[in-house]
Amino acid sequence: MIPPEFEYHRPETIDQALVLLTQHGEEAKILAGGHSLLPLMKLRFAEPAHLVDLNFIESLRGIKESNGLIEIAAMTTESQLITSPLLLDKCPLIPDAASQIADPQVRSRGTIGGDIVHADPGNDHPAIMLALEASFVILGSNGERIVPASGFFLGAFDTQLEENEILKAIQVPVSVAGSGHAYCKLKRKTGDFATAASAVSLVVEGGVCKKINIALTNVGATALKAEAAESILTGQTLSDLLMEKAVEKAMAICDPAEDLRGDREYKIHMAGEMTRRAIREAFAKATGGG
Amino acid sequence: MAKKHISFTLNRQNIDVLVEPRELLIHVIREQLQKTGSHIGCETSHCGACTLDLNGQSVKACTVLAVQAEGGEVLTVEGLLQNDKLHPLQEAFMQEHGLQCGFCTPGMLMRAYRFLQENPQPTEAEIRSGMAGNLCRCTGYQNIIKAVQTAAKNMASA
Repeated sequence: MIPPEFEYHRPETIDQALVLLTQHGEEAKILAGGHSLLPLMKLRFAEPAHLVDLNFIESLRGIKESNGLIEIAAMTTESQLITSPLLLDKCPLIPDAASQIADPQVRSRGTIGGDIVHADPGNDHPAIMLALEASFVILGSNGERIVPASGFFLGAFDTQLEENEILKAIQVPVSVAGSGHAYCKLKRKTGDFATAASAVSLVVEGGVCKKINIALTNVGATALKAEAAESILTGQTLSDLLMEKAVEKAMAICDPAEDLRGDREYKIHMAGEMTRRAIREAFAKATGGG
Repeated sequence: MAKKHISFTLNRQNIDVLVEPRELLIHVIREQLQKTGSHIGCETSHCGACTLDLNGQSVKACTVLAVQAEGGEVLTVEGLLQNDKLHPLQEAFMQEHGLQCGFCTPGMLMRAYRFLQENPQPTEAEIRSGMAGNLCRCTGYQNIIKAVQTAAKNMASA
């Protein structure tokens, strides 16, 4: 299978890339890791006349920390996320989730930015971004804007990113003392999208859950933030009763499509189970038991 | 669409080749450059038969454009042989019978080649997750895992 014809562009700076995007408008597509776009092009689901390859722009790679924020350049690969000492130490949810994506070869090409802006409901980073309260640094010809992850995902394959804009970096807060995280993902096999997955990030102080974020993957048109479930647990000590109430609330927002991974009932049930496991694991990590 | 000249090294030799932008790296290597060791299995980046080494990383060459190899270093299974000597991984796959039909083997070897550089002393579980992007429909994987273990041992004592 060979993609349809296109013109290939290899900019070396973000400015060059922005010029190309403006010049070619909706005929242009950004090529990041290529592990979603190239398969779509082989199937003729996407037929861009121009591909703007971001792989050779140095400033789009790398992970750094400043002012309590970790900034991950958008073209950082999944393998680089998994092995980043900075993330492992200060934002371990990202490497944990990245190691559950696809397989080693795909992770050497696939990028965090590509996974986010492609916004396939099966992609994992959108839920991770919601759970971490991340922000996205977006560049366009009119300059830079910073958009919170919450509200960024508009629908399946649809985000606030305009066609002449580039996601430059992802900002996530450094995890604080007493925080715990987990990403529990059910998949049928290596390389498959999640049947259902749940990302949890929480802070525990003196046994009380001070703050909790819960976000779900592949049980709706976008990653879903389970806010009603979060408010059940916020300010409380974790008990079986509250856990079950929260899980129920998380299941109530699921609206998955039936496919070969299962019917709606099964997927919603699994989203609940993944949430239960992720809360337990995150809580155990926050209290030193994990 | 206008063809582009690209240059890269293939198994340590300089290559200059004319490609269409839409051509996949695996096709250029097999069809134009006649290195048919890397196989095409699924062409959808699932099976790993086309795995090769690009700039020090394992990639599935069915999901990389040939133009993206411009200026890069590519190593395929043909490049494992040096001075007419098999690589310790190739020896270990023979010794442990880490193959049956052999179709997935070039991809297995190239993934294992990179994996053992990332992790020279892996546990069995680490080998299984490190090789998770390569499918084998014959062996049930047991002997492939053993072959990687044997190669790791032999390379450590070499």
